Amino acid sequence: MSTPTKRAKSTGQDILPGANGEEETWELRLYIAGQTPRSVAAFANAKRLCEEHLPGRYKIEVIDLLLNPQLAAGDQIVAIPTLVRKLPEPLRRIVGDLSNTERALVGLQLRPAKPGN
Amino acid sequence: MTKTANQTTPANRGLAKTPTGIQGLDEITGGGLPRGRPTLVCGSAGCGKTLLAMEFLVRGITQFGEPGVFMAFEETAAELTQNVRSLGFDLDDLIEQKKLAIDFVRVERNEIEETGEYDLEGLFVRLNYAIDSVGAKRVVLDTLETLFSGLSNAAILRGELRRLFRWLKDKGVTAVITAERGDGTLTRHGLEEYVSDCVILLDHRVTDQVSTRRLRIVKYRGTTHGTNEYPFLIDEDGISVLPVTSLGLQHEVSNERISSGIPRLDSMLGGEGYYRSSTVLVSGTAGSGKTSLAAHFAIAACQRGERCLYFSFEESPGQLLRNMRSIGIDLAPWVAQGLLHFHSSRAAIHGLEMHLATIHKLVRDFQPRVVIMDPVGCLTAVGTRRDADVMLTRLIDFLKMQEITALLTSLTSGDESLEQTNTDISSLVDTWLLLRDLELGGERNRVINVLKSRGMAHSNQLREFLLTNQGVELQDVFLGAEGVLTGSARMVRESTEKAASLLRRQEVELKQRERVLKREALEARIIVLQKEFEAEEEVAKRDIDQEQSREETHRQDRDRMGISRQGDKVLQDVEPPIRNHKPPRSRT
Repeated sequence: MSTPTKRAKSTGQDILPGANGEEETWELRLYIAGQTPRSVAAFANAKRLCEEHLPGRYKIEVIDLLLNPQLAAGDQIVAIPTLVRKLPEPLRRIVGDLSNTERALVGLQLRPAKPGN
Repeated sequence: MTKTANQTTPANRGLAKTPTGIQGLDEITGGGLPRGRPTLVCGSAGCGKTLLAMEFLVRGITQFGEPGVFMAFEETAAELTQNVRSLGFDLDDLIEQKKLAIDFVRVERNEIEETGEYDLEGLFVRLNYAIDSVGAKRVVLDTLETLFSGLSNAAILRGELRRLFRWLKDKGVTAVITAERGDGTLTRHGLEEYVSDCVILLDHRVTDQVSTRRLRIVKYRGTTHGTNEYPFLIDEDGISVLPVTSLGLQHEVSNERISSGIPRLDSMLGGEGYYRSSTVLVSGTAGSGKTSLAAHFAIAACQRGERCLYFSFEESPGQLLRNMRSIGIDLAPWVAQGLLHFHSSRAAIHGLEMHLATIHKLVRDFQPRVVIMDPVGCLTAVGTRRDADVMLTRLIDFLKMQEITALLTSLTSGDESLEQTNTDISSLVDTWLLLRDLELGGERNRVINVLKSRGMAHSNQLREFLLTNQGVELQDVFLGAEGVLTGSARMVRESTEKAASLLRRQEVELKQRERVLKREALEARIIVLQKEFEAEEEVAKRDIDQEQSREETHRQDRDRMGISRQGDKVLQDVEPPIRNHKPPRSRT
């Protein structure tokens, strides 16, 4: 099981107006199939986004489906790469290499969708 | 290795096929779907795509030992299991046996955000995992096009689908991919572009409030296949396609003759009845006795120990049994013995194709030697006249190929010309019996005649028949000035003829008696004459004897006188016989 887990400690800064009042650890899963340039890029992009917006309170689990194909059905993975936001609810799926930062943020609901809290 | 297995006919050599196990489909495709290649099954909603795909998998497992994978994009495994349970498919059991894998792929647009480049490797991984977990030889993707509604990047999808079909081929699995039918195209997203080996189109049409499912092989590369639209049924046994492929005339002919069940009708048909596996049409106006004639034929078949299938489009089995019993034909024992089977349904409940498919299926299941359809005419009420004729042609051909003798009854309405109405099907039938009502002298009487009967010397006589307590009885023929006499006219003629013949017989007897008397008188006279003659003869004989004895006496006297006179010389004058007679005496 090669699930390289990145974990960063919270810095205590709440920079996200739309986030919940208390600090919450985001659980993300990145599904890839082999170390392709696209999956490497996806991981790098995911990490960058999290570092920017969720410093210290995120967890990214990388699942390589070539090694664990049985895990694909559980999260309804069709496209590769797919980043799944397990927590906070609701579950979100972002497919692609996350090169489009704008859309990735919308997908992760890190961009404030609702005005005000 | 790919080309070794499953070559059904020489014509298909070179293209290995995977039998679907679906009734009729393998016949149309000449053995099944292309082995190791994807087949596209397209059609509009509710036309049976998923079911066809599922049956392909289940039959593969149960009949051909080929495990399968069902990748569902629209329904969950639980829903699928429930849906096909009514067809007798137990998916849970197959999954437990590790013969079947179901993977439900959910692609929800609102849960997915697309950011940049991606591919569908996840789908490949899942499919590959499912295939490997059961060792699948058959794969179903139902309905792949759902992907297009979940993912927006059509360019990527198209590229990936192309790769998917390539990959399926490389994997060597026989795949069925279902797709929704598009507007003017076979599939909404042009999947037929990628699947080039075999495309099957399903259709569910409603004409005149009657729905019919149809199947057509749009293309099948590298093999011959039926090109028509074939109706198919979905019932408790799954799908059965009606492979009335050939309107062929290659059926075996039989010289065997079978009884119509009415001895005097048999004698009208060259003395022996119908030919086996021929088609008999009994047409007539309402109440002319068509069903009774059919019932006789059914009984005759059962008495020969043959199975008979009776399609009734007007009467329920109970009603039919009761009505036939009223004319002394008891069909119930044969039903109980399982030799006779009724199938009653209103013609209007199905489309023509469905009727054909039902008939087809029942004939297959029951294996009858005789099929009766009573009446076929009402089928024209369902479809157009032309459709009905085509259907009947197919039906007749099908029955002939099965070497089944068919008796069709047809109702002609009173105002139409009797022979005109049936010209369309009449050319298809071998023997055509025409029943009609003759109205004469204030009564209607039933008359039968053989309008045509191929291959036998048949009677040209119109015959009156009665529905008696013993069934149909053909009457003796009495011809009058205006043709055959029927009813009371016949009875009058019958009794007149009876009286006349009695009179003649009496006359003959009288003459005969006179002759005897004459002979006796003559013989008596002969005897009298003979007696007279004998009497005269007696007298004459007596005279002669007297004369002779007198002569003798006279001669003796003369001799004695001569002797006494010693004058021998005198005796010289006497006739020699007498002299010769007496020489010794004269010497002494």
